[in-house]
Amino acid sequence: MLDGTIIAQTLLSGVLIGFIYALVAVGLTLIYGVMDIVNFAHGEFLMLSMYVVFWLYALAGLDPMVSLPISVAVMFVVGVVTHKLVVRPVLRAPMSAQIFVTFGLMVFMRNGAQFLWSPNYRLIQTPLVAGRLELFGLFVGKPQLVAALGALITTGLVFWFLKRTETGRTLQAVAEDQDAAALMGINPDRTFMLAWGIGAACVGVAGALLANYYYIFPTVGNTFVLMAFVAVALGGFGSVPGALLAGVIIGVVEVLTGLFISPAFKNITAYVLYMVVVLVRPRGLLGEW
Amino acid sequence: MADTTLTEGAAGAPARKPFPLAGVAVPLLALALLAYPFVFRLPFQHNLMILVFLYASLGQAWNILGGYAGQSSLGHAAFFGVGAYASSLLLVKFGIVPWVGMLAGGLVAVALSLLIGYPSFRLKGHYFVIATIVLAEIIYILFTNWPFAGGAEGLFLPLLPEGVVNFEFHSSKIPYYYIIFAILAVVTTVVFFVERSKLGFYFRAIREDPDAARSLGIDITRYKLIAMALSAFFTGVCGTFYAQFVLFIEPNNSLNFMLSVLIMLIPVFGGSGTLWGPILGAFILIPLSEFTRVYLSGAGRAIDLTLYGLLIMLVAIFEPRGLWAVVTRFRSRETLKWRFWKSQV
Amino acid sequence: MALLEVTGLTKNFGGLAANQDITLSVEDGTIVGLIGPNGAGKTTLFNTIAGLYAPDAGRVVFAGADITGWPPERVCRAGIGRTFQITKSFRQMTVLENVMVGAFLHTFSPRQARQAALAAIEKTGLLSRKDMLAGNLTVADRKRLEVARALATRPRMLMLDEAMAGLNPKERQEAVELILFLAREGTTILLVEHVMEVVMPISHRLVVLDYGKQIAEGKPEAIARDERVIKAYLGERYRAPG
Repeated sequence: MLDGTIIAQTLLSGVLIGFIYALVAVGLTLIYGVMDIVNFAHGEFLMLSMYVVFWLYALAGLDPMVSLPISVAVMFVVGVVTHKLVVRPVLRAPMSAQIFVTFGLMVFMRNGAQFLWSPNYRLIQTPLVAGRLELFGLFVGKPQLVAALGALITTGLVFWFLKRTETGRTLQAVAEDQDAAALMGINPDRTFMLAWGIGAACVGVAGALLANYYYIFPTVGNTFVLMAFVAVALGGFGSVPGALLAGVIIGVVEVLTGLFISPAFKNITAYVLYMVVVLVRPRGLLGEW
Repeated sequence: MADTTLTEGAAGAPARKPFPLAGVAVPLLALALLAYPFVFRLPFQHNLMILVFLYASLGQAWNILGGYAGQSSLGHAAFFGVGAYASSLLLVKFGIVPWVGMLAGGLVAVALSLLIGYPSFRLKGHYFVIATIVLAEIIYILFTNWPFAGGAEGLFLPLLPEGVVNFEFHSSKIPYYYIIFAILAVVTTVVFFVERSKLGFYFRAIREDPDAARSLGIDITRYKLIAMALSAFFTGVCGTFYAQFVLFIEPNNSLNFMLSVLIMLIPVFGGSGTLWGPILGAFILIPLSEFTRVYLSGAGRAIDLTLYGLLIMLVAIFEPRGLWAVVTRFRSRETLKWRFWKSQV
Repeated sequence: MALLEVTGLTKNFGGLAANQDITLSVEDGTIVGLIGPNGAGKTTLFNTIAGLYAPDAGRVVFAGADITGWPPERVCRAGIGRTFQITKSFRQMTVLENVMVGAFLHTFSPRQARQAALAAIEKTGLLSRKDMLAGNLTVADRKRLEVARALATRPRMLMLDEAMAGLNPKERQEAVELILFLAREGTTILLVEHVMEVVMPISHRLVVLDYGKQIAEGKPEAIARDERVIKAYLGERYRAPG
């Protein structure tokens, strides 16, 4: 019953969703790497960007692919504002305050969305990118393929930005040693803002790409962000290539669990993976910063 | 004589305890609460206070681990849920009275806490918090897919003749009121004694600086596990109470992630690591949530939780030590005034 | 047999030998100074004895018990108290409460812990500040608090990690007096110090480390004349301005 095609088909879909996990994780890992703060509201950023795209579609008739840049811009601003209003005030506060503050933001955004837009599931009915195509005997949904490619490209861009541009290198410098970076004349606060902006913009891309084919609802961020937490830990806190690799691994592990054990348990293997990784190899696969 | 023992026992704390809160305010408050059901007679008034006590108890239980020992768990719904499920399954499947179930629920929660705690206590900070979320999610998924426990549809508890033995009361909620009041009193008393004992000192030392704590001979994993077990026990007991109170449990009402959030929020808002913080937190947040739910929104529209989110942020930003810190400051200023007045006489 | 016997202790960090084949002993009732330039491996050796790191080779024997690789809490219970170079006070607890944590090692009774703590606080001269939050103390007082807290565990040997660093001359003098007082009371003391001048006059013996190796051991007068020691320290002085 389990012939090669089914397994190949499953693996392919795992890899495709894995790229999305990776992109969500990249934003998370960037913020963590630069300032040692876990953004618990990251999944809600994703949810918000999906609603931005949805409302642009529902009210202005814009296709997700058209509103993608808008979503990115909006999320960049959301990230920067979050840093300024919510995170900056607790930078010198106790660890628990740093945990609770983005956690509070998560609870606020998730339930605020439910209050404003109801818990109903919404779907963009007729996106431009739709249908499926056949690749080497395997079927791939076009939106899924576009989303995966978009996620891969964005991850690559972020990596290029960090490694090859002057601004990107300041981010890395701050991540490595904040005091030394400050001595070199790098303004840490500006860098933090940038990290939050880019981190949120990453989910801006992910949200728009996902909106092509995924249901949109207030708690949609939950699954993605928990997977992203796992990916960040597995890849190594702060590592972009690590997040990419881990995202794909998790995507594949998830679909294989669904296939061989039961779809109901597909998240569990990822969670168990998290526990094993943080206990056995806390640096993750490619931990660098 | 009893008074001296108290001050002696409170070792170290007296400097920051300006006047005998325990001597006057607490007995008065307790008396008022005992009389409450006969002063306010409407079912919704009873309901409200039952919820306040339930969440105060849960907050107090969380406080042992999160407040005193400084291990911020965001997975306490797991302990609440297994407590609720343990007694309910014992009742539904084996006809065992819920009082035994309550003990069993507490103990199952303890067992789970040790299972969860052992690996996750090796983790620090965010790693630990995420681990508690992830482990609670695993429990949630397992119960959702466990047909014996009713799966996602949950379990209805049998309607039995009301009475203390059956732990079911239909004609009036007042017995539930006193039961949960007693639970709150017990857990608060436990925290009162823990705070003043070796355990409490060790918990706080671990919270403040684990390395220093170890250098003073403290086996920190062992004491974290003790804190976790105590915390889980009372959380599990509350789970049983809740199951008997609503007579229906499902993963979504007893293992839900938002429940973990609320259990954490109440003590953090009121003042974690303080005896009265969780109670203060519950007395403010639960009525607030009930009233906003009634007046501002329909079903499914989570305005109360939205407000909670806002409050968590505000507390973290402006008063990370919670509202009780504000009260303490106010009280010590009062004492200063009083001292000033005394010096004038 | 000496109270503390360290034999052939080696600790590597990623291929780098922080401590290489170190052998030293501390006789009961003496003050031993462990000195060396920055980066000589003093703190590594200190932390390995205290149980923070497990050594790659060698043995640590304390009061006849092989405590090699024991975790810090067991090392403490074996009778070794320690302080931290960068003080680690329980900031949201008062001075008294801090020291009581140490005293609880030997009792369940808060009253007894309180009495023992007060005694330790008195020895260290913190009595007037016993109700202050540790977070509000000055650096010098926080160092005293570290000592008081460790004393409350009733150690046979006290290990002080850079107890003088960051103190002004007057505070330094007070710290020296405290150490001498504790030694007179019978506590064996192992001092880790960067500044040789401070340790010289009070130590019975000195152990000198450089680049992770032990380069000299002996009485202070002999050490002061030891050429390798002088070279190591002079070397540092030449390096220091850079």
